[in-house]
This record gives sequence, C-alpha cells and structure tokens, in this order.
Amino acid sequence: MNHLTPEMRTRAEKLVALYPEPRSALIPLCHLAQEQDGYLVDDAMIEIAEIVGVTPAEVRGTATFYDMLHTDSVGRYVVGVCTNIACLLAGGDELLAHAEASLGVRAGGTSEDGLFTLEETECLADCDIAPCVQVNHRYVRTTTPEALDSLVAELRAGERGEEIPPHGTLIRVERTVGLEASKDTIAAERATARAAAAERATVEGS
Amino acid sequence: MSAVPKIVTSRREYADSYTLERYKTTGGFDGLKKALSMTPEAVCAEVDAASLLGRGGAGFPAGRKWSMLRKSDVSYLVINGDESEPATFKDHLLVEHDPHQLVEGVIIAAFALQVTQAFIFLRGEFALGLERVQSAVNGFYAEGALGSNILGSGFSLDIVVHPGAGAYICGEETSLLESLEGKRGFPRIKPPFFPAAIGLYGEPTVVNNVETVSNLPWIVLNGGSAFAALGEGRSTGTRLFALSGKVRNPGVFEIEMVKTTFRDLIFNPSLGGGVTGSGEVKAIIPGGVSAPWFYPEQLDLPLGQDEVADAGSMLGSGSIVVMDTSTCMVKAAWRITRFFSRESCGQCTPCREGSGWLERILYRLENGQGRMEDIDLLLDLCDNIAPGLTWPPQQTTICVLGPSIPSSIHSAISRFRDEFVAHVTNGGCTHG
Ligand SMILES: Cc1cc2nc3c(=O)[nH]c(=O)nc-3n(C[C@H](O)[C@H](O)[C@H](O)COP(=O)(O)O)c2cc1C
Ligand code: SF4
Ligand code: FES
Repeated sequence: MNHLTPEMRTRAEKLVALYPEPRSALIPLCHLAQEQDGYLVDDAMIEIAEIVGVTPAEVRGTATFYDMLHTDSVGRYVVGVCTNIACLLAGGDELLAHAEASLGVRAGGTSEDGLFTLEETECLADCDIAPCVQVNHRYVRTTTPEALDSLVAELRAGERGEEIPPHGTLIRVERTVGLEASKDTIAAERATARAAAAERATVEGS
Repeated sequence: MSAVPKIVTSRREYADSYTLERYKTTGGFDGLKKALSMTPEAVCAEVDAASLLGRGGAGFPAGRKWSMLRKSDVSYLVINGDESEPATFKDHLLVEHDPHQLVEGVIIAAFALQVTQAFIFLRGEFALGLERVQSAVNGFYAEGALGSNILGSGFSLDIVVHPGAGAYICGEETSLLESLEGKRGFPRIKPPFFPAAIGLYGEPTVVNNVETVSNLPWIVLNGGSAFAALGEGRSTGTRLFALSGKVRNPGVFEIEMVKTTFRDLIFNPSLGGGVTGSGEVKAIIPGGVSAPWFYPEQLDLPLGQDEVADAGSMLGSGSIVVMDTSTCMVKAAWRITRFFSRESCGQCTPCREGSGWLERILYRLENGQGRMEDIDLLLDLCDNIAPGLTWPPQQTTICVLGPSIPSSIHSAISRFRDEFVAHVTNGGCTHG
C-alpha cells in the first residue's frame, strides 16, 4: 500500500539512490512526506521505513528528535518567530506576543481555521534583520508588528503563495543530474573497500 | 584597509551573485582549474602554508586536519552548514549569495584529499540556501566540473546536498554524521576525537565548515603565502564576522584577521556604525553564545583567535553580539540558557538536567520569585557542569555543548552580581 503519491515516490527513490546507505535518506524523505501532507502521518512513516530499510518506530524515533519534523498536524503556514539573543535585543518577545494576539494562538498552537501554526524558534541565522520571522522556512523579513500583520493578511487572502510554497524545505530543490555510476557498481566498490579494510585490520591486529 | 582583498565575499555586490552566469564572468572555476593542474599534495601544501584555521568554531588548522585523514579506500568529505549557534549568520550569506564558490571549494578540498564522495549538510531552515546550493551543484555537473573525470583531469567526485531538520546539536561534527546517517543527532563518544579516524559510516571523514572551504578557490589561485600575509600570527587571511544586537548596522563583514579590534568593528561608520539603545556598551559576546562575555575594557582587543583566547574567551563562530547598558543581564543569561536547555540532546546528565535547572532558576529571578541564595546556587550548578569554571572549560560530558552552558551565567554573575541581587530585592526585573 502506497501512501506517497507516485510522483513523491519517484522523488524519494531518486534521493535514496544518492546515498551510500539508504538510511541516510530518512530525513530528506520526511521532508518530502511533509511537503505532501503538511506533517508526518503514520502511513508516511511506515512507507519511509520500508523505503530506507528500517522499522517505522525508527523513523518516528528519529523524526521526533528534530524540530522541523512534525508528528502532529500543523497549519498551512508555519510561522516561526525567533526570540534568541539577537532577536531578543530587537524586541523578539514583543513581536511574538503580537503574533499570538493577532493569530489568536499561543506559540506552539494552530489557529482554528487551520491556516497558521505559530512557533517560537531558536536562532534562524538571520540576526541582522531582527526579530527574524520565517514562514514555511522562508525568510519574510517582517520585523515590526505592522509588517507582520500585513503579511498575515496577505497569506489569508491567498497572496504570496508563489514566494511561500507549502511545507517541505525541499519543494524546489531538484537534482537534475543522476549518479553516473549504477547502484550496483557503487555497491560492489564499497564491498571491495570494506573487505580490504577488514583485511588490513586483521593484519594490524595480529 | 583598502588593500585588503575580499576573499569570500568578492561577488557580494552583484544582485545575481548566486547565478552560474555571474560566477563564470567573475573568475569562477579558476581556482578549481589551477588545483586540478597541481598534485593533491601540492594543494595540501598551499592550504598548510595559508594557515587556514577552521571557521566553524573550534579554529583547528584545516591543513593539519586534512593530514590526519586515515588512509582508506573509502573516505568522505562533509561540509558543515548547520549554522545554528545563536547570532551566527555568515554561512547563511555564503550559501545564498555565493553557492558556486562553496561548491568549487568543496571540489578543491575533495581533490586534495582524494575523496570521491562529498556531502554538503545545510540546516533545514535554509530553504533558499538548499535551492541555490543544489542548483550550483547541477550547474557544475552541466559544465563537466563535477561527476566523472572533472574537466578532463581524471578526478571524479559526487556532491550530495543534504538537508538537516532543525537541531542545533547537529552542528557538532559527530552529531552531524549521525544525522547524516539518518539517526537522532546524538554526538558520539570520544575518542576518537576526530572523524578523520572514524567518521561517516565508520569510514575516515573530514568535516569542514562552509566558510573554511569557501576560502579555498582564492588560496589555490593566489597561493597560501598570499593568504598568510594577511592577518597576524596563526590568525591569517580574512574572516567573516557577524555583528548583531544593539548596533546601528548589524550584518556580516569580511575583515582582515587581527588588524581590526572589537571597537573598530562595532563603532567604525563603515562597519557596525555605533551602539544603539543607550549608546554605551555593557557587554559583548565575542564568538557565539558558548563564549564567555567581554566588557568595555576589552573592546580594544584585536579580532584574532589567539588574542581572544588569551583574554579568556573565544572567537568561536565569529559572531559578536552587542548589549548596551539598558540590557538586562539576567534576562540575557536566561534566554541563552533556555536555548541550551532546549537544544541539549539529553545524553549526559550534567547537560540535560543542569541546563533545565539553571533555566528555571534564572526564570524565577527574572520574574520575581528569586531568592538570594539562587545566585550562588547558579554558580554551584555551573561548577558541576564544568568543574572549576575555567576557560576553556573542563569537560564532564560527551560534547562541548554542556560545558558551554556556564559561559553566559558565570560572565553575568561575575560582573553584574548587583543586578542579580536587585532582581531579588525588587521582586523581578525592572528593565524596560
Ligand atoms: C554544540 C556545537 C555546535 C556546533 N555547530 C557548528 C555549526 O553550526 N557549524 C560549524 O561549522 N561547526 C559547528 N561546530 C563545530 C564542529 O564540531 C566542527 O568543529 C567544525 O564543523 C569543523 O569545521 P572547521 O574545522 O572547518 O571549522 C559546533 C560544535 C559544537 C560543539
Ligand atoms: S553535552 Fe549535552 S548536547 Fe552534548 S552529548 Fe551531552 S547531553 Fe548531548
Ligand atoms: S537570534 Fe534570531 S535569527 Fe539569530
């Protein structure tokens, strides 16, 4: 049973092929699943587990470590307001309080219409345009309450969709060139190298 | 200062600095072509001669790190673009504005190390950075500058652009490798101290920062000695400094090492432009929030790795936060500590339990429930995490996140104990 759409599944398989070991694609695949569903639904985690060759529990266990991976539903727009030190000095607390009031949710919550999830974030590495705000991990550079309000209004009106696509930090990341060597060749090369390394280890150990 | 070249930000003034077209018309590929005409050993020798110190935080010489790579049939190069140390935003500039320079640097490093598989790990929040670096990689492939037989040299390399998913700890190199293996980002137990012995998938691996490798095209093209002619002592070349907080012109500045002081950086009209708020410096954080703080009397220290270390702190990730005299030190220390308690991976008791406990004490001081004995309790807990409260700290934990927690608290209490006392006697914070 496939949960990922055929298009997603193809992208997922291409990603897996890039890595020496399939498990390395686990996190990229979680980003793809979030692009499709907004968050990690159980069936997606089961399918990712199957693709990368681990158990669904390992996918969940890994995903829950990371702030960007959500195992509960989130709004169409995830709005992150940074309150870490540089942003704090620029009024990050106040901007977050304003966002809570104007969206009608506390940090960590999702608005009733399902449009917005508000998050208080740690440093987003854009500390010169502070306080820093990201929507779906795009820097929006709205540092004042007024600017934030007009952004929210535009998002509500369905504007800025081009600039702020749905979830999934990989949505516009596409590798246009494949690996030139086949998977089998790579696997064979790795096996040879492993064997050689093991042999050296026994020689050194003896 | 006019004679100092821009080594990593030379394309910054162009609006299209991130495109392949701009890159090609501004010396793109030149460093790579030169490197490929040399032997790998000769490239390593230039980097050694340059005395290029790692720009990720620890400041370890890149040439020496490379020489430690254990010989093996399979080895890897991993570029650290996790950039999550609070107030650090220089790699952000490099990945969004000059992704080709980064990719060129990665290929040069891989060639010098004779590694055929590299990864560029970028924090997941860099959605635009991921797009730009991936299209730079695609562009290199299209030009025959990546893949098999790069530019006819016989050297082959594949670069995979890998997204993180939001965890500060993944900047620590062994945690980054765990994450790249598709696991929770738990730092690995040392020894081995360097992934150069046992790294990704158990194979020898070099981990270098984005800015570190972005210097390579220039170094190869101009020679290691030209790089070493800039700066002073071990701190050579230029470096990106990210300036934020209470300054008029916050931003990233490329500056010659050692030749500029904190004061110049903060007050020079063409750099920081002066302090906002009260206009007076109360304290600065010299190298990311893991670093002990400096005060007005240290403003004339030069921006050099050893100079700052000798003064009891670190240049770390090159990020400088300015706090003016109206800033509440308790609140600043609380916010930094809350960051650590949120980002602790939880493997070590002193870090996991200590950070949360410290955060709760600072919170109650800031909000009026503090007790006088809390101040010494804070120091006592800090001492449990990093015994003796020395700098550099003693390590009781798997990675150095834990021992970095006391830096801000110890700095704030040592210098501004009266402010902590006032928070108790006044029933909380009286700053704006
Ligand atoms: C908690 C912690 C966070 C770190 N974060 C980063 C980071 O975001 N980027 C980085 O390049 N190095 C970071 N480092 C340093 C890396 O472990 C490593 O030293 C560095 O990437 C090596 O590259 P370099 O030698 O080129 O500096 C961090 C270290 C620690 C302990
Ligand atoms: S010191 Fe903290 S972050 Fe580092 S391994 Fe231990 S618990 Fe994790
Ligand atoms: S402190 Fe907010 S983006 Fe860096």
